[in-house]
Amino acid sequence: MMSAETQTATKTMNMIEAINSAMDVMLERDPDTVVMGEDVGYFGGVFRATAGLQKKHGKTRVFDTPINECGIIGVAVGMGAYGLRPVPEIQFADYIYPGLDQLVSEAARLRYRSANDFICPMTVRTPFGGGIFGGQTHSQSPESIMTHICGVKTVIPSNPYDAKGLLIAAIEDNDPVVFLEPKRIYNGPFSGYYDRPVEPWSKHDASAVPEGHYRIDLGKAATVREGEALTILAYGTMVHVTKTIVEEMGVDAEIIDLRTLLPLDIDAIEASVKKTGRCLVIHEATRTSGFGAELAALVQERCFYHLEAPVERVTGFDTPYPHSLEWAYFPGPVRIATALTKILKD
Amino acid sequence: MPETDRGPASNLPPLSLHIPEPRYRPGDTPDFGDIVVPDVGATPRPSEDSKPDAMRDLCYGLVRVLDFDGVAKGPWDPKLTPERLRAMLRYMMLVRAFDDRMFRAQRQGKTSFYMKCTGEEATSIASTMALDRSDMCFPSYRQQGILIARDYPLIQMMNQIYSNRGDHLMGRQLPIMYSAPEHGFFSVSGNLATQYPQAVGWAMASASKGDNRIATVWCGEGSSAEGDFHSALTFATVYNAPVIFNVVNNQWAISSFSGFAGAERTTFAARAVGYGIAGLRIDGNDPLAVYAATLWAADRARTNNGPTLIEHFTYRSEGHSTSDDPSAYRPSDEPTIWPFGDPIARLKLHLIALGEWDDARHEAQRTELEDLVKTTQKQSEKLGILGHGMHQPFETMFQDVFEDMPWHLKEQSAQMLAEQEAKFGPNWKPE
Repeated sequence: MMSAETQTATKTMNMIEAINSAMDVMLERDPDTVVMGEDVGYFGGVFRATAGLQKKHGKTRVFDTPINECGIIGVAVGMGAYGLRPVPEIQFADYIYPGLDQLVSEAARLRYRSANDFICPMTVRTPFGGGIFGGQTHSQSPESIMTHICGVKTVIPSNPYDAKGLLIAAIEDNDPVVFLEPKRIYNGPFSGYYDRPVEPWSKHDASAVPEGHYRIDLGKAATVREGEALTILAYGTMVHVTKTIVEEMGVDAEIIDLRTLLPLDIDAIEASVKKTGRCLVIHEATRTSGFGAELAALVQERCFYHLEAPVERVTGFDTPYPHSLEWAYFPGPVRIATALTKILKD
Repeated sequence: MPETDRGPASNLPPLSLHIPEPRYRPGDTPDFGDIVVPDVGATPRPSEDSKPDAMRDLCYGLVRVLDFDGVAKGPWDPKLTPERLRAMLRYMMLVRAFDDRMFRAQRQGKTSFYMKCTGEEATSIASTMALDRSDMCFPSYRQQGILIARDYPLIQMMNQIYSNRGDHLMGRQLPIMYSAPEHGFFSVSGNLATQYPQAVGWAMASASKGDNRIATVWCGEGSSAEGDFHSALTFATVYNAPVIFNVVNNQWAISSFSGFAGAERTTFAARAVGYGIAGLRIDGNDPLAVYAATLWAADRARTNNGPTLIEHFTYRSEGHSTSDDPSAYRPSDEPTIWPFGDPIARLKLHLIALGEWDDARHEAQRTELEDLVKTTQKQSEKLGILGHGMHQPFETMFQDVFEDMPWHLKEQSAQMLAEQEAKFGPNWKPE
């Protein structure tokens, strides 16, 4: 999986530490990399993702910004035009909308409209998703808004090892990348059972993270579990929830962690669905026009004659993310088990 | 009626909503006699390192250098050499000749769109001439004068306007949305004021790298209402960014007068006061005032004294673009009644007053520039005029969305090529 220098020294890291390490490595390697955002400097970020980076790399490389997402992304576009490689943080993905015009109309189109005169090598990091009692403004999953923009790459890691390798690849990428961090699994993989104790990342293989530089190429999915009964397409938090339920039910599912939504690893999806003949798509985001709709359409277009059952979707509901009822909203064990039973019955 | 701590508010008149309305509409006789025109030389010129709160009056006054008899006076006189003044006049005359020709080309159906900067030539040309050649300009859509003042090849501007074979933007952008990095000219967006925070980011990057280049950015008074404008001023003041903000207050945003951006209440330069940065309100039809103000702001920025907001008080003599008819929303004689005159006529008068120019030379130069534009236009038209699918290979539509083309764009590109083959046959090639 490593495509750059081979690393030997590894350290046990949770996702926050792995993301922090990716920025640390890039700040060290590339003097043009800058990290900016609300509370990311002295304090180190509300989720601690930038802890210690300002002290180590200096205030002009890692700094706080005004509470102004339009400004954060717009300024990053200008820094990119100068020749820097900005890594702005939007504190919660729910706050990205004031900066959306700068992302959609400016960052994403700069290379195209200027025919390569100017580029935007920016990586917007932002925590997303629910399961932390964040209510409707700290829980959203806006990934399908991002994938609908032409000119932006959308990346979602599901474990510390991937998070670091993907973030380094995103920062080194010469196009704008939205790097969505599933905040429910920052500190440990989530089983889907909110009433069970959280398992720390240290018990998970993917917490062994090389300390130096390595990349995981964008656009490549990972097979989390091989199986024959059906293909499950998931990303972020839902990879772990899905794995738990599949193992509990004893289903021989093939679970594919997409890791990059755009560009999508269509070959991995196609090969798996053609092998298993069934496909379940799982995401936490709202259902209508969600990324699952795109996946279902692609699978139908490419694998129709291999399908033995209709493509199923397990998603969040088309409501704002509720605060007290968040576990009724979340696509948890019951919803996934019901869909699995249905898709395997036909 | 609402209940308040002071009891029922029944004796108050009902609330009323104010909808701004320009004073004059088609058919009215405009009178701009109430516009305050301070005497030339009356406005003090503070040192470039002055504290913003010590120079607030400059946000409400009007920096002027040239009086209406063509005489330069006062502390803001940049005292340019005759050669420099003649160069400035030539650039302004060239952009006007270019505008007239390209406007006509649109009317002749050779392209889809054009925008003139008539009456506002000084706000980009004199401004650019006061900058260092390596300073970065983030234009809005009416700053073709930047390219002219930096000697960008006219034919490349025309090729872009025609989206022809010579257009290095490959026909992707609406006419006039140039991009010229080698000339310090950022890609024109078409969305309004988005370039404002970008200029601040560029300036912050320059400062963080210990560079000595500064950024400048333009928007109209209308788009100063955009959130991006205020985001930019917030970031600029927070980080003391080396950037010059130009607000070209040409009184009109398509059909909306400046009152819809707040001009009934205060000046646009006064936006600087709230952000604690330097602000200058200047006669935008006075090329020497524009030059002097820009040089002041550039020196200020380059010495780590921070950003400046310059309001260029001017007038949009023509329509917004080829797509609107200004006589539908304002009196047709407003441009001629506007009290600040025409920037080209004023600089010409100044050069004549100095004994460095005359009517005959002026007319000869006008003819020469018109011929230059006409000749260049013919060369450009040899590379084609706007037409569907005629000039760029179809597959260029899919290039540069990303650095490397992902599979889904390759698939869509193949689909589009098959559509074109079905339509035009297998051997068809662009001209």
